[in-house]
Amino acid sequence: MTDMSYAPETSRSNTGKIALRWGLYLMLGLFALFYLMPLFVMITTSFKSLEEIRTGDLISLPREVTFDAWRTAWSQACTGIQCEGVRPFFWNSVLIAIPAVFISTLVGALNGYVVAQWRFRGANLFFALMLFGCFIPFQVVLLPMARMLGLMGLAGTIPGLIYVHVIYGLGFTTLFFRNYYVSIPSELTKAAKVDGAGFFRIFWSIFLPLSLPIIVVTIIWQFTQIWNDFLFGVSFSQAGTQPVTVALNNIVNSTTGVKAYNVDMAAAIIAALPTLFVYVVAGKYFVRGLTAGSVKG
Amino acid sequence: MAPILEINNLYKNYGSVEILKDINVAIEQGDFLVLVGPSGCGKSTLLNCIAGLEPITSGKMAIGGQDMTNVSPKDRDIAMVFQSYALYPTMTVAKNITFGMKVRGVDPATQAEKLAYVAQQLQIEPLLKRKPGQLSGGQRQRVAMGRALVRDPKLFLFDEPLSNLDAKLRVEMRTEIKALHQRLGASMVYVTHDQIEAMTLATKIVVMKGGVIQQIGTPSEIYSRPANLFVADFMGSPAMNLIPAKTKASGDGVQVEIARNDGKPIVLKDSRNMNLPENVILGVRPEDIVDSALGRAGDTQEAECVIDIVEPAGADTFAVMQLGGKHVTARLHAETTAAAGVAQRLAFDLGKVSYFEPDTGLRLN
Repeated sequence: MTDMSYAPETSRSNTGKIALRWGLYLMLGLFALFYLMPLFVMITTSFKSLEEIRTGDLISLPREVTFDAWRTAWSQACTGIQCEGVRPFFWNSVLIAIPAVFISTLVGALNGYVVAQWRFRGANLFFALMLFGCFIPFQVVLLPMARMLGLMGLAGTIPGLIYVHVIYGLGFTTLFFRNYYVSIPSELTKAAKVDGAGFFRIFWSIFLPLSLPIIVVTIIWQFTQIWNDFLFGVSFSQAGTQPVTVALNNIVNSTTGVKAYNVDMAAAIIAALPTLFVYVVAGKYFVRGLTAGSVKG
Repeated sequence: MAPILEINNLYKNYGSVEILKDINVAIEQGDFLVLVGPSGCGKSTLLNCIAGLEPITSGKMAIGGQDMTNVSPKDRDIAMVFQSYALYPTMTVAKNITFGMKVRGVDPATQAEKLAYVAQQLQIEPLLKRKPGQLSGGQRQRVAMGRALVRDPKLFLFDEPLSNLDAKLRVEMRTEIKALHQRLGASMVYVTHDQIEAMTLATKIVVMKGGVIQQIGTPSEIYSRPANLFVADFMGSPAMNLIPAKTKASGDGVQVEIARNDGKPIVLKDSRNMNLPENVILGVRPEDIVDSALGRAGDTQEAECVIDIVEPAGADTFAVMQLGGKHVTARLHAETTAAAGVAQRLAFDLGKVSYFEPDTGLRLN
């Protein structure tokens, strides 16, 4: 009896489930299309000639694919009086982002380790103050930071920009690592202490090897922040040390006469490629790292 | 020879809260000391203080005759096994066990030799290349023991090492720890909230409550002569029956009177010559109330009691009745004739009973 009435019920709910599933896919597909539209326009435009842009449709595919705009954007476009493309600025950004990401991640890991596992008097206050640092609008610190960089002799230099990004990244990196390490049982530290390991030994041999997911999260976060930063880049740099975001702005805003949309688009894509690359390579760890954390010993 | 562990007047405060109060303990080489008490009694804190993982507020502590009060854990010559095992998750079993030696710069040949010895002792050779995440609870427990054993320390510390295991495995590991202690002749301090673990493992038990030591003694001392009502109630399963009673001197001994609901009190005679106040709490172990038919040698007296509940437990049958306004458990023979709601003749053995002062809870005899 029960078996017979059971069968049709399942098939009905199955049809419902399938309809729901397809509806879901349709929605997701529409959202994806919506989000991909600007990227699509950027990419197609960058492969068109100026002539085609003027006469053609915004969302049509290029009739004739040309790499001229990319070549110009990379090495010839004018950023003010200088016409070397984004290339030198791109390398400036690399020189700023890589050390800044590395240092802020490492120091953040150490900070998080201390706050989570070596509770000291005032540890909570210390952590609260670090957190507070995450919420300070960067505009507020521009002037004091400019003064400090001047006093330190780092004004307008790449080390100066690295320093700024490390300082303002620490709040977030500390938060990430602290929240990750706080879920690791303190008995692990105790066991290592009894085994004779000291502060750095425990960090290096036990905590860092456990930290891959959160390191990836922190690197993605920091790299995106630092690479995409415009405010610090434009405020604390001078000719020769400007990052790619500033160059992009200058290319787009300082051209006179006909707007070279294809060059602008190519330059924008070049500026965005590294963060895109980091996401594609490490993205699967990103979600995992944000949700994971507990270590079942 | 100096005691292997000596703690004098130890106090531990967190802010203004006193966690441990005036702790004094000493154990000799080869002793198995068990710290037992309910959750929050400070036993784990005391163990952490012995390990040096928690600083103490005042007092002195010596291990192997050397003052260790302000010495860091790594220099105390101790090894510790934790409740959660605390294995290093990214290291293999072998690396877990040798980590301490590696940190101390022991040469690789000695490391390998000791690892092989310990792995053989604990029968974990097949696991050496695995990570902790791939082990079962019992296997992790063994590895944690291995990490301690390989150190060959003056003092082993165990922090509730069996409480994460299932019941069967817990009994097996308990026996194994006892065998290990006998084989090594090592000195151990062991924390547990399980009084059966305490009784079976210890050569010396410290019963704690609220950061204060209630009693120190051998398992049999603690069991048969509890120092106060707390210890009497905490140690033993089923717990000691604590029955309000009235006493008066009679001849050489003491006459004990227990009130009953039906109005007719039980009157028993303790032939020991004691000076007791009128109102006492009488402490009788369940095994000292037995079937009258099986009356045994000693100071037994019989009384008729109405049984409320009969609980067969295999080897024994427990019978619960009302005496002096309390539930009283008797340990009867498995094939007893006792039945719920029926009066049964029971034999009381007063030779081993305890008397407590009702207000202070302290032992009187």
